[in-house]
Amino acid sequence: MTTAEVRCSSGRVLPGWRASLLVVEGLWTWYRRNWRATAISSLLQPVLFLVAFGVGFGALVDAGAGPAQATGGVPYLVYLAPALLAVGAVQSAAFESTYPILAAFKWKGTYQAVTATPITPGQLAGGQLIWIALRLALSGAAYLSVSALFGAVRGPGVLGALVFAVLCGTAFSALLVAFSAAQEGEGNAFAAVFRFVVVPMTLFSGTFFPISQLPAVIRPLAWVSPLWHGTELARGAVLGTLQLWPGVGHTGYLTVLLGAGVLLSRWRFRVRLTR
Amino acid sequence: MTAVRDIVPGAGPPRAGLLSRMLPPALYAGRARALILRSALASRSAWLAIFSGFFEPLFFLLAMGQGLGSLVGPVSGPGGQQLSYAAFIAPGLLAASAMNGAVYDSTFNIFFKLRYAKLYDAMLATPLGPVDIALGEIGWALIRGGLYATGFLGVLLGLGLISSPWALLALPTALFVAFAFAAVGMVATSYMRSWQDFDLVQLAVLPMFLFSATFFPLSVYPPAVQWLVQAFPLYHAVELMRGLTTGVVGWAMLGHLAYFGLMAAFGVVVAARRLQTLLLP
Repeated sequence: MTTAEVRCSSGRVLPGWRASLLVVEGLWTWYRRNWRATAISSLLQPVLFLVAFGVGFGALVDAGAGPAQATGGVPYLVYLAPALLAVGAVQSAAFESTYPILAAFKWKGTYQAVTATPITPGQLAGGQLIWIALRLALSGAAYLSVSALFGAVRGPGVLGALVFAVLCGTAFSALLVAFSAAQEGEGNAFAAVFRFVVVPMTLFSGTFFPISQLPAVIRPLAWVSPLWHGTELARGAVLGTLQLWPGVGHTGYLTVLLGAGVLLSRWRFRVRLTR
Repeated sequence: MTAVRDIVPGAGPPRAGLLSRMLPPALYAGRARALILRSALASRSAWLAIFSGFFEPLFFLLAMGQGLGSLVGPVSGPGGQQLSYAAFIAPGLLAASAMNGAVYDSTFNIFFKLRYAKLYDAMLATPLGPVDIALGEIGWALIRGGLYATGFLGVLLGLGLISSPWALLALPTALFVAFAFAAVGMVATSYMRSWQDFDLVQLAVLPMFLFSATFFPLSVYPPAVQWLVQAFPLYHAVELMRGLTTGVVGWAMLGHLAYFGLMAAFGVVVAARRLQTLLLP
């Protein structure tokens, strides 16, 4: 070994967090050059839904007498905006946790390259999830700034809503990353995940209307859905209606999902990258 | 092309249909059927993706019709008739699913086969022309779209959301609308360079889906915006479907149909030209 090489390498394995942050840095470098492709799905989609349903459909709701009890008396636009923040986080999480993960394992080989360095598969999984959380926070903040222009967000509660939405999106993402890491084929299962998990979740999780309006047989599905818990938290934080114990319950459920997802992801990454 | 036809056993002369007289002979061999058979065969391994397409409008109908419907009272439909919210959006969802299915089939699927699977290059080495490919692919997309539309109409009938026998015509109308969207979608695909460009497809489809009087009547908008909405194709499809399922049928429908007729003619002619440039340079 020459002296020059010794000077280039620190010669020791980085502790867990530092290694995960290196992974985050790598993903950020890529994203900085390719962010435009995500602008439409992450930002424009929730904003368009907000305009169509909050403003357009909201005109029908606010004109009738029905909304007072359903939305707690606030204009429909204000009722909808925090919920769409959570929906946007879950949808971006779904995109970020399916094809890009499989691609990094299978088509691009990025993960194999990373674990050829002293970074372990577990640290890599952690870094990937931290990056997804950051990415959700970024697009959530962008969505909030745009919806503020419509007068759809009120007060400092939106910052709490952003934190809850990111928690919700990351919890869902962690489970999905573990699922994607276990895919061997060409990702045909993802179409079914979108059709039968993501789309029903966005429709039946109390985003557009309270789940008390759903038939009693479907309601338990909403209780399981992380998005319903995220929506309740985000909406409660903005409207100031969040009670202590329900809040603890929703946060606890999402935290348990997140913990399970992180453990599962680390396990699937280790299995796939060390065989 | 004629030389090839002579040496392939069983390859007869080109059909004397309208299309083959309109188009240059090397483009069309009258064998689009072979491509439909191929798609049916290939789809056996992706049956879940095909089967699941039926559920998307159904989920929207259940969530929006039931849930959103509870927030608003009756909505005024065509001819000032009062409709339940579910009966109002059901035809809109039928039109939107015809558009979505056709656009995704003619953009994502075709782009993948064109650029990555190189499927069409292989097909052109056989006695098939670019127009056979275009018609065959659109035909398969229409068969799928027709199945979905039939299923969805059946569900609407079961839920009592159809109030007129004119609704029988909603099926051929859905196919015609899908044909027009698929043809224009193919033109768009032929200009795309990478997956990044598909964001532009989203950019065109999503606002149309949300704002074309699908979920709330046109009267919600200020007059200037109403004109803008009426310029886009999905609005005309929604109007057609809503008129048919509620039985408010008038001469204005011919205007909506003419819109799609022009769109389809433009799409087919330009798509055939573009495919020729791309595949037979």
